[in-house]
Amino acid sequence: MSSNLRILVACKRVVDYAVKIRVNAAGSAVETANVKHSMNPFDEIGTEQAIQIKEALAKNKGNADVVVVSCGPAKAQETLRTALAMGADRAIHVESDEELQPLAVAKLLKAVVEKEKPDIVILGKQAIDDDSNQTGQMLAGLLNWPQATFASKVELAEKAMTVTREIDGGVETIKTPLPAILTTDLRLNVPRYASLPNIMKAKKKPLAKLTVAELGVDVKPRLETLKVAEPPKRQGGKLVESVDDLVDKLKNEAKVL
Amino acid sequence: MPLPARAAISLSANLRVSGTRSLWQQLPARTSSSTLARIALASTYTRASFSTFPKVAYASVAASNKKPFTADKYPYLKRDESFKKVILRFELVSTYFQSVNESYSLYCDISQLTEKDVEYFKSILAPSALSQDESDLEAFNNDWMHKYRGQSKLVLKPSSTEQVSKILKYCNDNKLAVVPQGGNTGLVGGGVPVFDEIIISTANMTSIRSFDTVSGALVCDAGCILEVLDNYLAERGYIMPLDLGAKGSCHIGGNVATNAGGLRLLRYGSLHGTVLGLEVVLPDGTILDNLSTLRKDNTGYDLKQLFIGSEGTLGIVTGVSIMTPKRSKAVNVALLGVSSFENVQAAYKRSRDELSEILSAFEFFDKGSIDLVKKHLVAGKNDPLESPHPFYILIETSGSNKEHDDEKLNNYLEGLLTDEIVQDGVVAQDTTQYKNLWAIREGIPEACSKVGSVYKYDLSIPVPVFYQMVEDMRNRLDKEGVLGEDKSVDSVIGFGHIGDGNLHLNIPANSYSEEVINIIEPYVYEWTAKHAGSISSEHGLGLFKSPHLHYSKSPSMIQMMRRIKNMLDPNGIMNPYKYLPEK
Repeated sequence: MSSNLRILVACKRVVDYAVKIRVNAAGSAVETANVKHSMNPFDEIGTEQAIQIKEALAKNKGNADVVVVSCGPAKAQETLRTALAMGADRAIHVESDEELQPLAVAKLLKAVVEKEKPDIVILGKQAIDDDSNQTGQMLAGLLNWPQATFASKVELAEKAMTVTREIDGGVETIKTPLPAILTTDLRLNVPRYASLPNIMKAKKKPLAKLTVAELGVDVKPRLETLKVAEPPKRQGGKLVESVDDLVDKLKNEAKVL
Repeated sequence: MPLPARAAISLSANLRVSGTRSLWQQLPARTSSSTLARIALASTYTRASFSTFPKVAYASVAASNKKPFTADKYPYLKRDESFKKVILRFELVSTYFQSVNESYSLYCDISQLTEKDVEYFKSILAPSALSQDESDLEAFNNDWMHKYRGQSKLVLKPSSTEQVSKILKYCNDNKLAVVPQGGNTGLVGGGVPVFDEIIISTANMTSIRSFDTVSGALVCDAGCILEVLDNYLAERGYIMPLDLGAKGSCHIGGNVATNAGGLRLLRYGSLHGTVLGLEVVLPDGTILDNLSTLRKDNTGYDLKQLFIGSEGTLGIVTGVSIMTPKRSKAVNVALLGVSSFENVQAAYKRSRDELSEILSAFEFFDKGSIDLVKKHLVAGKNDPLESPHPFYILIETSGSNKEHDDEKLNNYLEGLLTDEIVQDGVVAQDTTQYKNLWAIREGIPEACSKVGSVYKYDLSIPVPVFYQMVEDMRNRLDKEGVLGEDKSVDSVIGFGHIGDGNLHLNIPANSYSEEVINIIEPYVYEWTAKHAGSISSEHGLGLFKSPHLHYSKSPSMIQMMRRIKNMLDPNGIMNPYKYLPEK
């Protein structure tokens, strides 16, 4: 097994998984003001995976340098601190107040990869806010690296990794040389809690700031959002008096008979 | 069919008698011939034909291996014979007769039926709001801990205050005893009948009557489920001032009637402060409309206070007006591992200095508690902390500014760690983790009940000797040789609300046993009284603690309570046999 690795993990700050999403008054976007934000759950799984690899290597006197990166506004640093508190070694914040679409993020990450030269880049399979499921794949394309997406199990070997992927109706196991892109699925692991000693240590861990301009990337959005709408309100259930009544409702109201 | 409906006998499904003849032979000679005739007639019918009889008429055959009735478990309880029998009371006609492996008691009616009463209730309630079905009644007669089992034959589910008023007036005039019941989540047997009291359930009273988005005053029916109200308020940026593990089932009327405490008491105070007004129906049918939404109202005796915590012994709460605070935008939760109870206290003391106004919960539990959660519940699958600790603290802050709260909490936690008051800890990073941490604390009672039966004590104890109670009890049970693996008692655990000085002493065991109870009681009450504590911090008195009231209240206070009870409920029909000790 490679005794020294560098792992880059992409982390996005998103509206918390448990928050009830609301569309803003203009119908142009999801309301994000005064809403609890957390790390994208799939990125949390990615961070956990990187730390687990680091811990496994440490047992064999090896090491992994776990670098977490987030692109977005200043508050993204909260998310990076969380990743550092979980056990990542250092963080990079690419600051931007512009809207960053998957292609823009993939290009920014490519620039970071070129600076950091990691062996593995781990991303969540998708972010739960826009559900694009594109950034990992685009990054693989831009870097011309192999990719292992929707990973539910990862095993590292000398300059290669074996990845089990969840696919329709079963699992697929693939092997890829490093460097490579890995995107995480839900069942890969259960992320740990940020412990107090680690939260304290995280404050002293390095957090480097980069700007979009420094990386020389054009992040102009390619897609325009025309409209964001909530799903239609669910109608409440109705109690029917009799079987005849039910048949009648199915025929004349639901029109399924 | 020659058999008069009211004398028909329906045999319960548990009966496995090998034919009419054996039943006949078992009957004692003194049984009157008319009773015999009824039994003989009835037992020749198939079960299907029984269902054509009005269900009010029956004889019941109870298998002796079934859970005992409360009345049998506590022989000191005697039915008040001044109460009219709603439906039949059973008289034992044959003590026991053996079937293959089990023994049965055969009970048979020998008194008059009062269908007239049932007809009256039918005339004021919707058909679905009244049930005499034995399987329906199971859920109302039994408490969730399977500790108490009443024998009520009638449950009424009124949907309006007027209906409650009519029911109570009729019951009072006819001396029919009643038990008000909410979500039936009580822990002291206060909400389930003892004998044949009529159950009046608030389950059909579920409207939210008004909500003032400026003052936060919420007015609703007594049967609204706490969690439903909390969700309603969440959408409007407010929060219920109380929260408890049973929130998904308990009714706000029941919460008020039992003065429920719970997890937010530290921050928002007790219901004696947050309830603005009540609508109560008195036993004589009077509707006491005091549904004020005013925060300040200094006119006359504050009558609503009398009903908060009265446990349905004075009247039925039908409507509640309650002040709800704004829901905090920023909430943080941390779980800490602590090496000693002294350090738990030190952490609490410091939290009041350093977190002060944002502190919203300070809960503690011991290693035994988390071990049970890990063993029995999904919530315990992932231990947030790497290694076990003797004590745990769950701390919650709620405020309006995340940065401000984060900074305060971090400084506080860092201080605790640096000064070695806590050994380890985690801070929830997202709402999922926040919920998972709370699930461990809230899951403790459920995890205990998975062991079998739980001896539950809910005590107010001065914080310095708080945990000594648990240790003393553990030593006592150990010395008596009932504690440990393969023994009757699984463990002795302590958890609770440090901030309120409220200890939950739980003793999970395989089953309830007289022997163990006699080791625990009255020791636990004497211990509490010795340390100037209260024998019921938030669970109330009910049936469980009423005989022990004198450990916490003086004779003159108990006397005054009796006078109040007699004045408001002169016939004593409201939730009898409970709350106040037998004279």
